Amino acid sequence: MTDTTVRPPAPTPTSPDAQAAASVTLPMTKALNAGMRQAMLDDPKVLLMGEDIGPLGGVFRVTEGLIAEFGDKRVLDTPLAESGIIGTAIGLAMRGFRPVCEIQFDGFVFPGFDQITSQLARMRNRHEGGLIMPVVIRIPYGGHIGSIEHHQESPEAYFAHTPGLRVVSPSNPHDAYWMMQQAIRSDDPVIFFEPKSRYWPKGEVLLGESGTSLHESKVVRVGTDVTVTGHGAMVSVLLQAADLAAAEGISMEVIDLRSLSPIDYDPILESVQKTGHLVVAQEAAGFVSVGSEIAATVAEKAFYSLEAPVLRVSGFDTPFPPAAVETHFLPSPDRVLEAVDRSLAYS
Amino acid sequence: MTAQTIDPTGQYNAATSPTVSMLTPAGRMEPSESAAEFLPYLEALTEEDYRRFYRDMVVVRKFDTEAANLQRQGQLALWVPSHGQEAAQVGSAYATRPQDHVFPSYREHVVGMIRGLDVVDVLRMLRGVTLGGWKPEEHGNFHLYTLVLASQTLHATGYAMGMQLDGSTATGTPETDQAVIVYYGDGASSQGDASEALVFAASYQSPQVFFLQNNQWAISVPVSRQSRTPLYLRAGGFGMPGTQIDGNDVLASYAVTRKSMDDARAGRGPSLIEALTYRVGAHTTADDPTKYRDPDELAYWVARDPIVRFRSYLQGRGIEQQFLDAVDEEAADFAADARRRALEITGPQRSVIFDNVYAEPHALVAEQRAWLERYEASFEEGSH
Repeated sequence: MTDTTVRPPAPTPTSPDAQAAASVTLPMTKALNAGMRQAMLDDPKVLLMGEDIGPLGGVFRVTEGLIAEFGDKRVLDTPLAESGIIGTAIGLAMRGFRPVCEIQFDGFVFPGFDQITSQLARMRNRHEGGLIMPVVIRIPYGGHIGSIEHHQESPEAYFAHTPGLRVVSPSNPHDAYWMMQQAIRSDDPVIFFEPKSRYWPKGEVLLGESGTSLHESKVVRVGTDVTVTGHGAMVSVLLQAADLAAAEGISMEVIDLRSLSPIDYDPILESVQKTGHLVVAQEAAGFVSVGSEIAATVAEKAFYSLEAPVLRVSGFDTPFPPAAVETHFLPSPDRVLEAVDRSLAYS
Repeated sequence: MTAQTIDPTGQYNAATSPTVSMLTPAGRMEPSESAAEFLPYLEALTEEDYRRFYRDMVVVRKFDTEAANLQRQGQLALWVPSHGQEAAQVGSAYATRPQDHVFPSYREHVVGMIRGLDVVDVLRMLRGVTLGGWKPEEHGNFHLYTLVLASQTLHATGYAMGMQLDGSTATGTPETDQAVIVYYGDGASSQGDASEALVFAASYQSPQVFFLQNNQWAISVPVSRQSRTPLYLRAGGFGMPGTQIDGNDVLASYAVTRKSMDDARAGRGPSLIEALTYRVGAHTTADDPTKYRDPDELAYWVARDPIVRFRSYLQGRGIEQQFLDAVDEEAADFAADARRRALEITGPQRSVIFDNVYAEPHALVAEQRAWLERYEASFEEGSH
C-alpha cells in the first residue's frame, strides 16, 4: 500500500510567470486577495463590488487594502441589495467591465438568484453570442464556523444546475489564488464558492503561478482501495479520513473536484477503474446534488469497473441546523469512513 | 367616468395637477403651468420633426394591428400590443441621442424603430426562432427585450454606471456624452429590482432616465393595486427628480425626456418620468380585457387617443391632407411588408441549442451537442 500526498503543482516551466513565482505562506483570505489584486493589476476593467468590501475589507477581510490601492472606482461598496449588485454587474459587464461581486454569506445570495439564473446565466445565449458575461460571484459558503441561520449553507447545486454558469470551489490557498485569477479572466459567469471554514488555515502559495485549467479536478492523495471525491472544505475532511484509514490499512484516493460545473470526470473515472469503489462527499444536502450527479455519471460511464454502488456522504436533507448540533449534521472523517467501510464490504 | 377611478389620487384630473402637458386632448397647444420649464425644448423642433413624430405613431399603430393579426392566425406565439402608448414612446425615443443606450421592457416597438431596429426582428423573437432578435450595437444601442419585469432596470443602471466609470459622460460635450433611458411600467414598478435600480442610480448618480409608462393595467390588475401614490412621487423618496407627464401627448413626452436626458448626460444625475397613458388593447394576445375593464374607462382613454390628438394639432397648424394620406398609405405598406417578411422568417439550425450557452469550451455542452448530432444522423437515409 502506498499513500502519497500530492503537492500543489510546480510552476509550469514554459510559463513566463514561472521564474517570477515566489513561494509564500498565506491563509486563503490573503490568497484570494492576492489573486484579485493581480487580476486588477493585469486588467483595468476588473472591478470589485459588494457590501462592506471597501474600507472594512469585507466581513472576512478578503478585499482588505484593495480600495486603498485601487480607489473607489475599482472597489465599489454597494447598497445592501444582492439583486442590485448582480443586476448592475450585468450592466457593467455589457459595458465591457469584469465585475467581481462579493455575496456576504451563502444564505444571502437568494435575493440575487433571479438575476443570476434568469439574466446573467442566459445573457450571452439570448444575445446569440453577441456579448460576453465575465462576471465572478464570490460566495463564502459552508459550515464548521458555528454561526447563525443563513451563514453556513452550501447552495452550490442550484448554480451547478443552471446552464450558462460555471461553478468552482477551491480547497486550499494556492488553488484559491490562481483559480480566482482564471475565474476573472473567464468570459463566462463564474460562481466562485469560497469554503469559509478554510479561510484561515495557511498554506503554500506560489505567487505568479498561473495554475492549470479552471475546470480540472485533481487527485490530491493517491490510493488504491477506494476513491473519494469532494470539494471546498470537504477536501480537508477527506484527507483526515484518509490518514485514519491508512492507519487501518485502507488506501483512499482523494479527488478534489475544484470545478462543480462542468465536472472534470477523467481523473474520477480513471481512479474508479483502479479502485472499483466510489464515495462522494459534500456538506450540501444529498438530494439532487453535485454528489448525486457524480454518482449517476460514474454509474453510466464506469459501470463495469464498480464493485459497489456509489455511496453519498452529505449533509442531511434538512435546513442547516442550529450551530450547537452542526457537528452531527456535517460529514466528519468518521462519517466518510463509515461509507468507505460500507463500500468495501461489497467486495 | 372620472379620472379619479383611474388614478386613486385624482392627480391626473385636478386643475392644480402637476402633470406636464402641452396639448389638450382636443389637440390645442395649451401647455400646463408645470410645462413652463420644458417649453424651450419644443422651440428647437422643426416641421420635419413634427411630421416624423406623426408618421412613426401612425406606422407603429398599423404594424401593431398587423402583428396582432399574425398572432391570431397562428404565425406568432404571442403579440404584445403598444396601441395607445405611441406618444409616450415616440416622444421619449426622439429625445435620445445616437450615443445613448436604450433598455426597453418588451412593448417599445416604435422606440426600437426610431433607434434603427427593423421591427420584424421583434417578430422573430415572438415567432420563436430566437430568444433575442438583434444586435443592440448595430441598432442604435437598442438593447434586447427583457421579459422578466424590471430586470432590465438594473442592467440599465449598471450600464450607466459603466459610462461614468469609463468617462463617457458628463464631460461637458453634449454631442458625445452618453446616457441611458430604461423603459418599464406600472406593474414592473412593484418589483424589487425597480426599487433597487432607483437606489443604485441615486447612490452613484448614474446618468439615466427611468421612463415609467403607467398604462393603468398590469394585465388585469389596476395601478391602484400597485401604488397608493402617483408613481412619479416615488422618485423623491429615492432622492431624484420625478415628473408626471401626459403620456398621450407626444410633445410633452419629447420635451420632458429631452431635458431629463440632457441633465443625465451633463452629470446632473438620474431622474424618473411617469407617463400617464393607457393600454388600449390587451396585455398580450393571450389576454381578454373585457373580463376586467369597464368599457367607459376604455372610452375615456380612446377619446384621448395620442394619434388623433396630434393629428388635430398638426391640422391646426395647417398640415396638408396630402401628407396625412401619404402617411396612412406608408403605414399600410409598412405593415404589409412586415407581414410578408414575418411569414418568410425561417427557423434556426438545431445547433443554436448549444452555440452560445458559453463563450469558452464546456465539456458537458460539447458532449451533448455531439450526441444530438449522432442521434439525428441515425435517422438519416442509409443510417442504421
